[in-house]
Formats: sequence, C-alpha cells, structure tokens
Amino acid sequence: MKHIVKIITLLVAISAVWIGLLEMSVVPRSQTWLLPIYFIVSLGCYGLLMVGIGLMHFPTCPQEAVLLQQDIVEAKDFLKQRGVDVNSE
Amino acid sequence: MEDVRPEGGAGDKYSLIVPTYNERLNIALIVYLVFKHLRDVDFEIIIVDDGSPDGTQDIVKQLQQVYGDDRILLRARPRKLGLGTAYRHGLKHASGNFVVIMDADLSHHPKYLPSFIKKQQETGASIVTGTRYVKGGGVHGWNLMRKLTSRGANVLAQTFLWPGVSDLTGSFRLYRKSVLEDLINSCVSKGYVFQMEMIVRASRKGYHIEEVPITFVDRVFGSSKLGGSEIVEYLKGLAYLLVTT
Ligand SMILES: Nc1nc2c(ncn2[C@@H]2O[C@H](COP(=O)(O)OP(=O)(O)OP(=O)(O)O)[C@@H](O)[C@H]2O)c(=O)[nH]1
Ligand SMILES: [Mg+2]
Repeated sequence: MKHIVKIITLLVAISAVWIGLLEMSVVPRSQTWLLPIYFIVSLGCYGLLMVGIGLMHFPTCPQEAVLLQQDIVEAKDFLKQRGVDVNSE
Repeated sequence: MEDVRPEGGAGDKYSLIVPTYNERLNIALIVYLVFKHLRDVDFEIIIVDDGSPDGTQDIVKQLQQVYGDDRILLRARPRKLGLGTAYRHGLKHASGNFVVIMDADLSHHPKYLPSFIKKQQETGASIVTGTRYVKGGGVHGWNLMRKLTSRGANVLAQTFLWPGVSDLTGSFRLYRKSVLEDLINSCVSKGYVFQMEMIVRASRKGYHIEEVPITFVDRVFGSSKLGGSEIVEYLKGLAYLLVTT
C-alpha cells in the first residue's frame, strides 16, 4: 500500500468518527468546523514544537573538529614520507 | 555477544565506495584514515572519480603505490556524471559481500567504520546507517539556518513518511551487497533525496536496518558540489516518496 493511501485512510477514519459524533449529536452541529481546524492547528503546533526542541537540543561536537585536525596532521605527515603529494590547497 | 570483535567475520569482505570530484587532498587523508582504523579487516576502497580537473586521480595513483592497487581501485569516469550513477558504477566493481558508501570530504570519518561492522555482526542487519541525531552523534560547523532546515526537513519526513530511522539524509551507510543492488535499481532520485529514497524504500521492503551514532564535521577542504534550491528539491522528493512508496 502506498504511503499516501495510509495517510488518507487515517484521515478518512478520523473524519468518520467525527461525522459519527455529529450524527449522534454528541457534538452540536454548529461546531462542525471545529475538528478540522483543531487538527490543522495542533499539527502545526506539533511541528513547530518538534523543530524548536530539535534546535535546542541540536547535538554538536566541537571537540570532533579538533580531533579531525590532529588526524589531518598525522595523515599528512605519513603520506608525505611515502611520497604522496599532500601539499596542495 | 561479548566476544564479537570489530574485525571482519569469516570470509566477509567490505568494499568501500567513495565518489570523488575535486577531492585531491581529502582522498589521500581518507585513505590513510581507513587503513588506520580497519587493521584486521578484508576490504578494498573503490574510488569513483569523475574526471576531476584538480588531479584527484594522480593522487589516487600515488596512493596505489603506497597501499597496493588491489586495495585501492580507481574506477574513473570521463566526466561529472552525478552521484547516483557513481555509486552504481562503483558497485559494479565491488568484490566484497558488504558495501560501505561514504563521502570523501572527511565529514564521514573512517574511525566509525569498526562500529558499523560490529553493529552488523551483532545484529545481522542488512543495512547499518550512520545517524547524527542520537546520543553520541552530532554535527559541527553548521550555522543556525543549516540547523533549522535540517530539523525542519527531519520533522516533516518523520511526520509524513514514518521511515523508522532517525537520520534520513545522511549517506554514511553499510549495506549487504545484494541489498544495495536491489535498492539502487529501484531508486530514481538525484542528489541527497537519493539517500532518503534509498533508506525509505529499504524500510518499506522490510530490510533489517540498524543505526550507529556518527559525528559529522562539515568539510574543511575543497568546496561543496551540491547546492541550488535544496529546499524545493527536498519537498519534491518528499511528495514523490509519499506517492511511490
Ligand atoms: N564521482 C562523483 N562524485 C561526486 C559528484 N558530486 C559530488 N561527488 C562526491 O560526493 C561526495 C559528497 O559531495 P559533497 O560535495 O560533499 O556534498 P555534500 O556533502 O552534500 O556537501 P558539503 O556541504 O560540501 O559537504 C564527495 O565525496 C564528492 O567529492 C559527482 O558528480 N561525481
Ligand atoms: Mg560533504
């Protein structure tokens, strides 16, 4: 099953439940439009929240840059001795 | 499974495919580091160079003098034909039963290779993918904008694609060779959407995927070859994967 079909199925299922609630008058009809709006707003909030959290906890590794510089020096030394041209740039 | 060592198991051979375009210094450094970190492993490095004008291939030939041309294979192409076909080209010449794909620009550090191999041996996975977004992983050298787009792209993909892996666009991965052959033939995207397509299709096909943390230090030497309207390309790729996988 294509992934978009799964997502659409999920949306249809949610709509069905919502229509059911409306039909059974659990929710007054005047509020028909509420769910879709809640849905979109909460999806948006979720997205922004996740991006925010991700940014705050963005894993960084400054020490790795230092280690890499050491590796580069070591590699250049070794390769120079073996006659590989590592002088450019 | 305490006695699993990072050395290759009985008869396992690893083919490292490294595409290069103007990486004359980086390729030398990376070859040195691979040999340093994979001591008791049977491996070969397949360098797919697309006629780099900076003389990358001359350096590769010098490296072959040092390390042997059975360990370092130069499989060049006449001109810049793109990354996706570079992997395909390298794969044709791979003699190992496992294939590692990595960039030559040192943002994929060879010191993580043993943990890829170990993870594969412990779990029997078909794919081990490096992830920057778990404990022990990380990125260095990105500005706020780069981080923001990366997080945004990741949240979008996680929300809509449910891919089952935490880092979709990273391309430092180990594949069982037969699995890579299968995947590469079913992927059509270009650029880094290609990496995303590979892992999403692998996940849909039910291949066993494992993750290991890697750190990613943005390139020090040379210049970036990807560019342009990356965000638009990404969104197109996302939509494409939604309807085709
Ligand atoms: N053979 C071949 N290699 C390529 C081509 N384009 C890029 N590469 C190599 O693919 C790897 C990844 O390319 P990069 O330019 O680093 O792309 P990136 O990592 O998205 O961008 P950066 O931010 O610059 O690191 C490097 O090893 C490049 O040399 C190509 O057309 N042909
Ligand atoms: Mg790079």
